[in-house]
Amino acid sequence: MAKSHVKMTVNGKPVEELVEPRTLLIHFLREQLMLTGPHIGCETSHCGACTVDLDGKSVKSCTMFAVQADGADIRTIEGMANADGTLHALQEGFREMHGLQCGFCTPGMILRAYRLLQENKSPSEEEIRYGISGNLCRCTGYQNIVKAIQYAAAKLAGVPFQEAAE
Amino acid sequence: MIPGSFSYHRPSSVAEAVGLLAKLGDDGRAIAGGHSLIPMMKLRLAEPAHLVDLAGIADLKGIRSDGNDIIIGAMTTQHDLIGSDLLGTKIPILRETSLQIADPQVRYVGTLGGNVANGDPGNDMPAVMLCLNATYHVTGKGGERRIAAREFYQGAYFTALEAGDVLTAVRIPVPPAGHGSAYEKLKRKIGDYATAAAAVVLTTSGGKVASCSIGLTNVAETPLWAQEAAKILVGSTLDAATVKKAVAAAETITAPASDARGPAHYRTKMAGVMLTRALARAKAKARG
Repeated sequence: MAKSHVKMTVNGKPVEELVEPRTLLIHFLREQLMLTGPHIGCETSHCGACTVDLDGKSVKSCTMFAVQADGADIRTIEGMANADGTLHALQEGFREMHGLQCGFCTPGMILRAYRLLQENKSPSEEEIRYGISGNLCRCTGYQNIVKAIQYAAAKLAGVPFQEAAE
Repeated sequence: MIPGSFSYHRPSSVAEAVGLLAKLGDDGRAIAGGHSLIPMMKLRLAEPAHLVDLAGIADLKGIRSDGNDIIIGAMTTQHDLIGSDLLGTKIPILRETSLQIADPQVRYVGTLGGNVANGDPGNDMPAVMLCLNATYHVTGKGGERRIAAREFYQGAYFTALEAGDVLTAVRIPVPPAGHGSAYEKLKRKIGDYATAAAAVVLTTSGGKVASCSIGLTNVAETPLWAQEAAKILVGSTLDAATVKKAVAAAETITAPASDARGPAHYRTKMAGVMLTRALARAKAKARG
């Protein structure tokens, strides 16, 4: 099968590659660009571990062909840290609030939370839970993931983070 | 899970897409958001030799008014439907339904056209389209034609679409101002297909139901338009006895499968419960 020529921007850098049309975006990112941050969890569009940001949308990169992303602007967890190397507020939040245990779901969670906070700068707890409903975590019970996102929202807004009483 | 090999095409007009599909015949398949088709391809339950991606056709996107109708391009995503103030004001049941489909990531990519054209009885929008009396714009080898949603669904994954057809837009007559609507969906978990769901659009006059339309999701091989049940409710105040009669009429036309979502008789009863709740909520919102 003839390969297709694709051009895209990934984590701010231009990328030009040849891909088989059947190559899924997640395989392209992990095996051709060697960006192994986005994870393959379920491969059935349920778990969200493969979530990346694509043209201002959170997408499951296991349910899209790389050729469909031709021309797109993509961000993965590898592109989240600030230019000076410090952690993004979300990464810091997940560390400070213990928003991960095994860490498998974390890249997808952070990329989804990134878009959620772009669209809603101060989401309620309910909005956060609904907003990450396409991302599964089998360790944390989500409590600390929600806190991590609240922490990041507060930090990005420049206000002190107040942990809700339990 | 790696799909079989295929050639990829990205036409920039409907004419080009229809021409390609006509030429490719059974080897070609149109892809919209791909969130039904790609999973099928990964399982090799679908192995098209050619994929015709509709994403490059600008004409297929967007939401606009046309007289008393709203026309929604087939490639408009669920996320776009949710964000549309025009729809939020004029046909709020669409936003309400979209918010109950899958999860945020899927809604960014999944399209209205794909949802209604695929013929999957688990999809939510078809029953809403029956309820709203929508019309589908279809372009094929012979040009453009229009098919009523109520005549579109023939069986699970069987629709009035013929090989080479592209569903380009959905035309929905705007329900009267002051109408009430609701989509009630029972699901095992967020993102799931419905165990049973009911769509209701009604108008009231002096506290009585003046008009009513009902659609049911995932309780038969096709979405159902519950015409008899709606007829029973017109003229009533939605008193308990009349609602019970209408629910019984709606339950009669269901023929769900017994599956992981429950045995058939349970799903039929849940369709009735969803209908009862949707009626109450729609009436509470109606002004008249």
